[in-house]
Amino acid sequence: MIRFENVSVTYDGSAEPAVRGVDFEVPEGELVLLVGPSGVGKSTVLGAVSGLVPHFTGGTLHGRVTVAGRDTRTHKPRELADVVGTVGQDPLSHFVTDTVEDELAYGMESLGLSPAVMRRRVEETLDLLGLAGLRDRALSTLSGGQQQRVAIGSVLTPHPRVLVLDEPTSALDPAAAEEVLAVLQRLVHDLGTTVLMAEHRLERVVQYADRVVLLPGPGERPLLGTPAEVMALSPVFPPVVDLGRLAGWSPLPLTVRDARRRSAPLRDRLTDRQPPAPQPAPPAPSPTTRRLFPRGKSATASCVHVAEVRSLAVRRDRVQALRHVDLTVTPGETIALMGRNGAGKSTLLGALVGLVEPSSGTVRTGDAVPHRTRPRDLVRRVGLVPQEPRDLLCADTVAAECAAADRDAGAAPGTCRALLSELLPSVSDGTHPRDLSEGQRLTLALAVVLTARPPLLLLDEPTRGLDYAAKARLVTILRALAAEGHAIVMATHDVELAAELAHRVVLIAEGEVIADGPAAEVVVASPSFAPQVAKILAPQRWLTVPQVREALR
Amino acid sequence: MPSRCDAAGRDGIRRTPPAGPAARPARHRTSLHPGAWWLWALALGTAATRTTNPLLLALLITVSAYVVATRRPHAPWARSYGAFLKLALVVLLVRLAFAVVLGSPVPGTHVLLALPEVPLPSWAQGIRLGGEVTAEALTFAFYDALRLAALLVCVGAANALANPSRLLKSLPGALYELGVAVVVALTFAPHLIADVRRLRAARRLRGRPDRGVRGLLQVGLPVLEGALERSVALAAAMDARGYGRTAEVPPAVRRTTAALTLGGLLGVCAGTYGLLTAEGGAYGLPVLLAGLAAALAGLWLGGRRTLRTRYRPDRWDARAWLVSASGAAVAALLALAASRDPAALHPGVVPLVAPELPLWPAAAVLIGLLPAFVTPAPVAPHPRKEPT
Repeated sequence: MIRFENVSVTYDGSAEPAVRGVDFEVPEGELVLLVGPSGVGKSTVLGAVSGLVPHFTGGTLHGRVTVAGRDTRTHKPRELADVVGTVGQDPLSHFVTDTVEDELAYGMESLGLSPAVMRRRVEETLDLLGLAGLRDRALSTLSGGQQQRVAIGSVLTPHPRVLVLDEPTSALDPAAAEEVLAVLQRLVHDLGTTVLMAEHRLERVVQYADRVVLLPGPGERPLLGTPAEVMALSPVFPPVVDLGRLAGWSPLPLTVRDARRRSAPLRDRLTDRQPPAPQPAPPAPSPTTRRLFPRGKSATASCVHVAEVRSLAVRRDRVQALRHVDLTVTPGETIALMGRNGAGKSTLLGALVGLVEPSSGTVRTGDAVPHRTRPRDLVRRVGLVPQEPRDLLCADTVAAECAAADRDAGAAPGTCRALLSELLPSVSDGTHPRDLSEGQRLTLALAVVLTARPPLLLLDEPTRGLDYAAKARLVTILRALAAEGHAIVMATHDVELAAELAHRVVLIAEGEVIADGPAAEVVVASPSFAPQVAKILAPQRWLTVPQVREALR
Repeated sequence: MPSRCDAAGRDGIRRTPPAGPAARPARHRTSLHPGAWWLWALALGTAATRTTNPLLLALLITVSAYVVATRRPHAPWARSYGAFLKLALVVLLVRLAFAVVLGSPVPGTHVLLALPEVPLPSWAQGIRLGGEVTAEALTFAFYDALRLAALLVCVGAANALANPSRLLKSLPGALYELGVAVVVALTFAPHLIADVRRLRAARRLRGRPDRGVRGLLQVGLPVLEGALERSVALAAAMDARGYGRTAEVPPAVRRTTAALTLGGLLGVCAGTYGLLTAEGGAYGLPVLLAGLAAALAGLWLGGRRTLRTRYRPDRWDARAWLVSASGAAVAALLALAASRDPAALHPGVVPLVAPELPLWPAAAVLIGLLPAFVTPAPVAPHPRKEPT
């Protein structure tokens, strides 16, 4: 269905080809997963299928790409629109119209299908994707998972034979991701659609793939094979594969179920060992000196907690975003905020950093009330790395960015650069922040925020778009920060990250805190928030592969 | 859900089971053709220009506001009505302020207050700053401004009731690209505002002041960058979804289209010139009409180049006729009343008399309420972002 014949793509202005020697074929009706570290050209390969590379992006494509017998060299993307449907990472930038039903019809209108056919297919697609109740909704009011399903539906209505997806689940919470993947599987099984998909979160997708194409490094030839074969060699792999490699299982299990069926001996070996005590416990708060005349609870509390939230409620645009939220953060503690898209995690972070004004209740970070404090003073108490780290960066070069950060924070010149060199040794002064990889950009934003030495660090979805290597680096950095006494609060959908880092997990649903406790207890209790290792080794309470590796040593 | 219905019917009232969300009729499908709303609102606006009677104007504003209040859909674009109301109020106040400060040519005897008059040099003769403020002048300015405000409120009503993107979908095929450009621009504005908010928040995170003009200026460049990136991404998505696919058209047809459109537009220009000049009275109108016909034919022929079909276009049904006719009736009756009984529709200010509500024109204005009864009620809003 899709055939790459010795394809290499060189973009204008770069000496090296972005991908080289790509030569594989995707048979009809298969779900093929494209994996590899960041920056190896996964998006380039996907773009070549729809003809956007090189017709839209520019550059030179050597070799030949054919889709359903059509050569992309002679067919422009619009002439492939009836055979290839493409969905990018950000569904919002994909939408042309403003309501669900019109969006589903848009592609068919462009192809000139008859009104009767359009009507029938829109109804079918609404049912297939479970969108019937949302048909008149404005697209901007949908949640992330719903938007992603509409984006997939909008390219399905012209009945393409090939579907190309770039990280369809990376911005979604675990439940919404499963919803999208279930739809994809249904398309492959029931309609025989061929799917080519790139995704970083392998723990979510690898079990659905019929075959895996691995791009091992920039400019290297891709490897093609069954998921188990490729996972044995791949530099990127999900925790279940990591555990399988550790235990020496062959063939490698790809699903929790497979691994669980093999895991009895491993569980036996682990019975007499205990998972390490809930990670390095946060240092006990320094005892406050007893005063002869105690000055009331709040004065003492602000010494112990870096942040304190009391019965916080936030109302925005007639929506109750948060209600009755209580949260205290002590120094050295790492807290993971989890919950569905739109549950109120980002609003809580916003309230802690003064971007959101509480409608009732109190928020204190250290001795300050965030939304009443001048930004200049607040940066020394709390720092937030936003979901899109690029928003925080405004200069043309890394060096200028660091200098600006020193000025903003009132720190000695060179503070930020020294921090950055510590976190990210390889980056040079003259690089434009735009040219950094996702992980490098996140680290730069982190260094900028840390320049003011805030005791409380907030992170919003830090692992979005990061590959496993970048994630591992981030985990190391955050661990070190916590050990230095920084309190960290992160909102995340990434259960593996929460399992690895967090001392405490706070689950939020519909603006309320529904669970707050030690990470091991909270995540193991919930099937959708449990990491893979916990599911495989239940009822024992292991959360991560490093824990198991440590115990077996 | 029979059990739920039983519970609801326990109080002795038998009800039909409530329809689920899927069974509920779609909003914009049963809603009115947007053009009908525009015709209705513009007709009410025309009616407003026929009178300066404050009671009639207030009645007109109330009528349009009632229809908006009962039939406004729960959509982002429908919220613009409040902005139009505020704009109308500002117009009213500015007009009154000018009447107070600059005086008015209306002669009056009821002096309300006397402002100190600023002596102006001789070359500024005819302009007055300050001086006596008379009740007559203020009343005149108020009537005049109220008429303008009523017109603005009517335009606001059209904006709130008619979905702009569906109105654009009713354009002829050859103008389709133009329609898409406008729709994309319409959806871009909210994105830009969201970008500005996000980046100002990010400035606060860097410890810089997030308020004031400087803060706004410094996020300008990144916002533009983001907008540019988003438009490139959208263009790629549109291209990949078949935007701009064209049908093969024989060269002869293509040439005819070009000739008809160009010739038609030239004809329209020449005809308009002819109508406006003294000598061209004889040939002006026929040339204008011929040019218009040629341009329309060119547009129709040009439509053959596009393959596009329309998904469930809005139909111009009986209700659309009723709504637009009700507006037209108001405009026509008020125009008639203005020519029959000008005194009632333009109450005098010199001497100052209390305006009276003329019975028949007032009844005519009430015809404008018809849309509130013949069009379907909007669907209840969704309370919050639904979790998946």
